Amino acid sequence: MIEPSAGELLLFFARLSLLAVGGANAAVPEMHRRMVDDYGWVTDAEFANAYALANAAPGPNVLVVALLGLRLAGPWGLVAATIGMLGPALAVAWVAGGWTQRLAGRPWLRAARAGLVPVAIGLSLATGVVMTGVSAVSAASYAVTAAAALFVWRSHRTPAWALLGGGLVGMLLF
Amino acid sequence: MPTDPPLAPPPRPIDLFLAYAKAALLGFGGANVWCRRVIVEERRWLSERDYAEVLGIGQVLPGPNVGNASVMIGRRFCGLAGAVAATLGLYGPPLALLMVFAFAWDRLSGVPLVAGFMHGVAAAAAGMVIGNAARQASRLGLAWELMALLLLAAVAAAFLGVPLLLIVAILGPAGIAAVVWRGRQPA
Repeated sequence: MIEPSAGELLLFFARLSLLAVGGANAAVPEMHRRMVDDYGWVTDAEFANAYALANAAPGPNVLVVALLGLRLAGPWGLVAATIGMLGPALAVAWVAGGWTQRLAGRPWLRAARAGLVPVAIGLSLATGVVMTGVSAVSAASYAVTAAAALFVWRSHRTPAWALLGGGLVGMLLF
Repeated sequence: MPTDPPLAPPPRPIDLFLAYAKAALLGFGGANVWCRRVIVEERRWLSERDYAEVLGIGQVLPGPNVGNASVMIGRRFCGLAGAVAATLGLYGPPLALLMVFAFAWDRLSGVPLVAGFMHGVAAAAAGMVIGNAARQASRLGLAWELMALLLLAAVAAAFLGVPLLLIVAILGPAGIAAVVWRGRQPA
């Protein structure tokens, strides 16, 4: 196993950050290919494990890079991977946020903003569908997923009930 | 389409930090669902439409969508201080919790009840993401052609393995064209 330095991790994730068009999840296949196949930094199982953990824990799933950085180069690896993955993209968002504020009210920007809404919601729907497949351990998993989807869609109550309910059903069934 | 209640007064940086920290710490299965809920439905800082549009821009920019949205929303309300506060709230507390989680997982993953609970939460989290998308779409009352583009984007990404860059590059302009076309329709 090759151990990258914190500096190498910073550069690696900074490049990945700017490739992740469509969301951080979009960069995961590329991250996997480079880290496992090209560089041999982590094994397939280690990568899958870190990804599952970041998905199971609360918070943005992009924080999987923090776990991978920590495993590979200790605390400095954690810092380097996190800053590398978030820094460049968020700097771009800062600039873009300024533009959209300055140009607010222009008809073409209004059309652009409204026109991107279906793609944004559609891709988030796709994330849910992919997560359904990844998380399924038996037929009952799909029932839990369907019930949670219906609850969050139709009910005004907090989605936390759906998660807690899913966890309790899981304790009985899985 | 349900009429949104009036918006609340704009937040200060500390409000942004706390709201994003709450959304992120509750954010099983990704923070997107909770950020929308806290900002639109609980704090009422942005309308459903406004939030969806900011997220749409965050989607076409590189990097995490909710992170991009947190920078833009923070900047709009409080400039640099707001952008930094929202982003720190979104990533700081969950990062600390993730470390605790990873540490505990190394010890508890063999316990069947714990593993069962986590499997159930993961399945429910997937459903939550789907339900949130459905809720967002129905609250926005999208026109049929935008609804079709939404489903097309979902199918292309989830089932056809189309690269996201391609989806955004093709369906983004298609959505914009659809909005312009609808604008020219006689009412």
